[in-house]
Amino acid sequence: MDYLMGLRGKDYVMVCSDTTAVQQIITIKHDEDKLMSVDDHTLLALSGEPGDRVQFSEFIKANVQLYNLRNSRKLGTKATANYLRGELATALRKRPYSTNLLIAGYDKGKGPSLYWCDYLATMHKMNIAGTGYGSYFVLSMFDRLWHKELTEEEGLALMLKGIDEVKKRLVVAPPSYCIKIIDANGTRTIKTISDSE
Amino acid sequence: MARRYDSRTTIFSPEGRLYQVEYAMEAISNAGAALGILATDGVVLAAEKKILSKLLDTGAVGVRREKMYKLDDHIACAVAGITSDANILINTCRLSAQRYQFAYQEPIPVEQLVRALCDNKQGYTQFGGLRPFGVSLLYAGWDDDRGFQLYQSDPSGNYGGWKATAIGANAHAAQNILKQDYKEDITLEAAVKLVIKVLNKTMDSTTLSPDKVELATITRNEDKDQVVFHIYKDDELKPLLDTANEAHQREKDAEA
Repeated sequence: MDYLMGLRGKDYVMVCSDTTAVQQIITIKHDEDKLMSVDDHTLLALSGEPGDRVQFSEFIKANVQLYNLRNSRKLGTKATANYLRGELATALRKRPYSTNLLIAGYDKGKGPSLYWCDYLATMHKMNIAGTGYGSYFVLSMFDRLWHKELTEEEGLALMLKGIDEVKKRLVVAPPSYCIKIIDANGTRTIKTISDSE
Repeated sequence: MARRYDSRTTIFSPEGRLYQVEYAMEAISNAGAALGILATDGVVLAAEKKILSKLLDTGAVGVRREKMYKLDDHIACAVAGITSDANILINTCRLSAQRYQFAYQEPIPVEQLVRALCDNKQGYTQFGGLRPFGVSLLYAGWDDDRGFQLYQSDPSGNYGGWKATAIGANAHAAQNILKQDYKEDITLEAAVKLVIKVLNKTMDSTTLSPDKVELATITRNEDKDQVVFHIYKDDELKPLLDTANEAHQREKDAEA
């Protein structure tokens, strides 16, 4: 079961996903990266049907990069999110992509932003967002503990707390996770959690 | 023999020229002038109205204003050339702007709109059977990235950004005066005065009046985070034109 969680901090966005690739009842691998960089300041966190997930994210990434190249300017997070939503909505009445996602980005002058979007092309700008069974109780925990001045350390602590909760309470909890952060300096992985921890 | 190379838009002459495109540009230099100046706090566009008749219903749509068009909330343009051609291009511009807005939920950057239209215009210099659009445009706009901007485009599909420029009748004379009088940090107020002064010197008619001139500005309302497109009404325009007329008259008297 995919687990995605995102939170917008003071001057960054942090996103966490599980790293398991699952086929029916079998876990195929434990280091699948579901957090994809569209460019150096935008990150997609994807869940859902693995084929659709890859196809859709690569399609969006290629088009955003084409835009950047053609126009010598970066497509902002808001524009990327809305473009993505539009593509999802158009596909919905033809050949829908079965993928839920979070869009995290940092724009110079505008700061960090986080969007939640499901496969039906519903999109919202959020402070905290998540998908999957795990998010059902982690969201309520973040509701209680999140505040807009959250520092990077506090954000990471909160993210780890969320993972602990998933592992403790969720029957189908994934064993391994990856946490990435996106801020003025770009995107980087700040923590990976493997099975043994 | 000239007919061998100018009957189609898409054939080069032996000197490497596209005559139909050059003729299209020639058509524009007979049309009413339009000029624009980029100021620090806005952009001003001015144009000369050519249709003058006592019988004209100046209140009717399409007559009241000849050459100033709003393309989107943040971009406006002034045209010189064949008005019916301009109408088609303006429609294309408005469509591009709204398509961008629909796709990205944010306003189209000014240069992108200009380029989209110029790509369209360029097509008519290369794909045969159709004539090029006989229109030059001045685009004034504001966007997040680059602030206030002024662009000019011609029938060949060339475009460029300018601090001050002119198209249409006597464009070269107007450009020369602009070159002399433009200052790097010009304010919008001064730009409006300058644009009227240039019109006064380059237009055929001796005195300016609101029925011969169109004037519009693009500014920002920072509090509301909005771009303001303002077309001067007759009663706002008249005092400005009268002042310019007087100054022009004084200059003439001094010369005499």
